[in-house]
Amino acid sequence: MGYSWNWGVFLQPSATGDDTYLGWMLYGFKMTIGLSLSAWLIALLLGALVGVLRTVPSKTLSGLAMAHVELFRNIPLLVQLFLWYFVLPELLPKDLGDAFKQSHPVVQQFISSMVCLGLFTSARVAEQVRSGINSLPPGQKNAALAIGFTLPQTYRFVLLPMAFRLVVPPLTSEFLNIFKNSAVCSTIGLLELAAQGRQLVDYTAQPYESFITVTLAYVLINVVVMFGMRWVEARVRIPGYIGGGH
Amino acid sequence: MYEFDWSSIPGSLPLLAKGMGVSLEITFTAIVVGIVWGTLLAMMRLSSVKPLAWFAAGYVNVFRAIPLVMVLLWFFLIVPNLLESLFGIPRGSDMRLGSAIAGFALFESAYYSEIIRAGIQSVPKGQMAAAKALGMSYGQAMRLVVLPQAFRNMVPLLLTQAIILFQDTSLVYVSALADFFGTAAKIGDRDGRLVEMLLFAGAVYFVLCFAVSQLVRYYQKKLKTA
Repeated sequence: MGYSWNWGVFLQPSATGDDTYLGWMLYGFKMTIGLSLSAWLIALLLGALVGVLRTVPSKTLSGLAMAHVELFRNIPLLVQLFLWYFVLPELLPKDLGDAFKQSHPVVQQFISSMVCLGLFTSARVAEQVRSGINSLPPGQKNAALAIGFTLPQTYRFVLLPMAFRLVVPPLTSEFLNIFKNSAVCSTIGLLELAAQGRQLVDYTAQPYESFITVTLAYVLINVVVMFGMRWVEARVRIPGYIGGGH
Repeated sequence: MYEFDWSSIPGSLPLLAKGMGVSLEITFTAIVVGIVWGTLLAMMRLSSVKPLAWFAAGYVNVFRAIPLVMVLLWFFLIVPNLLESLFGIPRGSDMRLGSAIAGFALFESAYYSEIIRAGIQSVPKGQMAAAKALGMSYGQAMRLVVLPQAFRNMVPLLLTQAIILFQDTSLVYVSALADFFGTAAKIGDRDGRLVEMLLFAGAVYFVLCFAVSQLVRYYQKKLKTA
């Protein structure tokens, strides 16, 4: 095979001259991490809310929550991303849309990606939260209501403290997914890890070094998140529940 | 306010249908490869031959740690060149599309293998023991006793995965394959009606995926009561 390996390529000054190719990679790495974590925050908060609403007695509220879940689960992530990035700014009131389009391109890409990934993942988080709440014995809710708790109090003091701990292990895989899914955002030009890897192929003619590095970076993220979550899972495990259950 | 103009959609329906054909073709190929190769991987992973089990575990864990976009880029940009230089295939023979589909199928196999492994493990151990006591070989016991029961339990999960897989096919966009979404985006760009085209594409995906997921739910209920 006539390929000449050159791992030193990362130390060469980049095409724009103000950085090395290693610097490009680090920028992409930071972008992937920052994007995924901020989207995860949205997914967690919104997903918890929607998941809880799916279990409440009110037909309107649980119906709305179900619509949220079905909408974001049945459209491919890439299509959702394009809708946020290309379509929404056109449909917003003119002032708001123009303000968005006049902001820095990186800001536009980042905000669209963050909102898109966050909402996409929130539907999945909501399903986990719902099944966590539903897995609790019905006696817990009935007992709480019987001793005079209001419904919000029942959720606040009885159901959620259990459900949120039960739901941690299944959320680990959603947390891993958000890092992997963030690679989709390279399609709208956001310079995260996958996009930087592709850029390096174009600029350096060392495709193997670039792709191997990016792939290993994703594996690294995966491993770190897995160990981190294992630690969290051990801390929140409910005594008496083997492995936390689903 | 934005002025909608849906007029470019009716004329481009034949092209969009062709794109949908490509999407379904990729979906179908990946499902077939995924189930066959996924079953083999699952059996390897549960096998007592250690190197096979290690290989399957490594395969599944690596593919599940990498984003699909990266896998598609590998198979689109790197693998064709690698194959060319390894086997001396003349340059210019375009393998990129086949390569992208192969990468997609290999990626999805890792996910299928995990579902199938759980399915095989859900069959009580006594079934295998009883089959062996009747004098069946390991292969016969797997094929005639364990796998049929395992697959029956797995149908809802396999179908759900098929919906996810169908949605994932939109990502072949990165390898310039003209699937349904790629076609819609291209026509939208050409006619300057990207907004309408993207909304239309989103609606089509939603209707298809929602309908199939409701079918799966119905089937799941039937399976439970049966």
